[in-house]
Amino acid sequence: MTRPYDLVKELAIALVGTLALVVVLAAVLSSPDVPSVTIQSWAREQPVDLVSTATAELAGTTVSSGYGAPYNDGSDAVQSLGFFSPQSWAGARLPVDSAQDFVLKPLQASSAGNADLTAALSQYNGASDSQRAAWLDAYTKALQDAKAEDGQVTVAAGDYGPLPVMMSSLLQISRAGALDGYLLSSGGFYQTDYTRPLLFMGDGAYLSTLAGDQHLLGSQWGMMNETGSYPGQTWLWLYTLWYQVPPFNGNPNADLMVVIAMAVLSAALVLVPFIPGVRSIPRWLPVHRLIWRDYYRGGNGASATERPAGGATSPPVPTGR
Amino acid sequence: MSDDVAPDVSTTSWTRAVQQRLARGLPIERLLPDRQPVYVGSWVYVFGVITIAALVWVIASGVILAFFGPQWWHTTSTGRFFNSLHFWSVQLFFVFMVLHLWGQFFMASWRDGRAPTWMIGAIIFLVSIVAAFTGYVAQQNLDSQWIAANAKDAVNASGAGGFFNVLNFGQMYGLHVMLVPVAITFLVVAHVVQVRMRGVVAPIDTPEESR
Repeated sequence: MTRPYDLVKELAIALVGTLALVVVLAAVLSSPDVPSVTIQSWAREQPVDLVSTATAELAGTTVSSGYGAPYNDGSDAVQSLGFFSPQSWAGARLPVDSAQDFVLKPLQASSAGNADLTAALSQYNGASDSQRAAWLDAYTKALQDAKAEDGQVTVAAGDYGPLPVMMSSLLQISRAGALDGYLLSSGGFYQTDYTRPLLFMGDGAYLSTLAGDQHLLGSQWGMMNETGSYPGQTWLWLYTLWYQVPPFNGNPNADLMVVIAMAVLSAALVLVPFIPGVRSIPRWLPVHRLIWRDYYRGGNGASATERPAGGATSPPVPTGR
Repeated sequence: MSDDVAPDVSTTSWTRAVQQRLARGLPIERLLPDRQPVYVGSWVYVFGVITIAALVWVIASGVILAFFGPQWWHTTSTGRFFNSLHFWSVQLFFVFMVLHLWGQFFMASWRDGRAPTWMIGAIIFLVSIVAAFTGYVAQQNLDSQWIAANAKDAVNASGAGGFFNVLNFGQMYGLHVMLVPVAITFLVVAHVVQVRMRGVVAPIDTPEESR
């Protein structure tokens, strides 16, 4: 038995209906667009955090400085499961030297005509490793009680070597917006790669604080959220779920574990027709009886136990969708 | 060339052979049928076509956004409106695609030789997630900054970070507006052709079913 059908009409109605719904939603609800953060806004809003982050870059204690592949030869963020470590195997294909790229090179580039900064850089570069470590350790501790006034970060008096001059200069060029441009620049005129400025901002606390205010943190199911009250990537609920439950949450190799889990589940989704048990779930659950309730109500159904052995009683319907 | 040795075009021309193969595999009465089996009477059947309709508006609004450039929608009310059209059509696309996917699962629509149809559909779902993700990190706002800064760790852990750099706006934007949409469009066409060639799966445990 068949019924009349008009595919073109169905598609036309669907196009008009979805367009109407989309236009109404767009007109009434608009869309989210919280402005991006710049290093300039970071320097103006949280100067102590920026200076603390830059100092940590020199000390090699930030996430990016010891990250590992694909940025450098560190190992802090390299994940593995036994011998399986594709991150290590891929190597450092996007080289980033946090101290040089985020702090020392920008300062060097801006030191022309600045005798104090030139002398400070010379003193820093000429110092021994132990001397630098001592300055950085003392300055890092002093920054915990730092004050920000009139665009300057001040700390208690101490032996910090050239660091106060260097960090004051870095803060000033950041406040002027120059560091945004410098970290984006790669020698050419056109730029589209934000790897370095985003890594630098990611090392600080300002970006994550703003993200937390917008409930975007990982502990807030952030990957599937959106700024404001808008729906986000809700289709990532399963991916995000793993980060909330054992053994994934808090595990240093959680990302690799979740990636593997999702790869296996994605393959399983594609291969559902061939997985014994899974492919039979629709037969066990009566949802199909709800979908085809009119057809079954007409006495067309037969329980599985009533079916003849071997199953097939007629060829598949040749037409339709 | 004499008339009595003229070649038979239908057997020697590969273009003719392709035409004949297509005509046999998907005749017009299957491509645009005017009748359907009587059991095709559920709302579940419209989720697929609504998904395609939403995809049409996703692409149409995306083409306009791409034409005016990635900054346009941040700075003009018209651009913001078209971004809103893009945003909500993406949301509808995923809502109805997931409903379609669950509906087809509970109907066990892979039966009777329709496994390729299911597999292509599932791949469309996965590629669509990549499309949406590249769009989210290409928004050029706080959301995209934070998503990129976080997502890089999972991508890096997989070993793909050096090749698929979520912090590289140019790479993500290019993938989002060109390569991934082309892939989705190709897959959707393949999916629909599979559906038309095989027809609608018969209800479970009925005489029409062939297991």
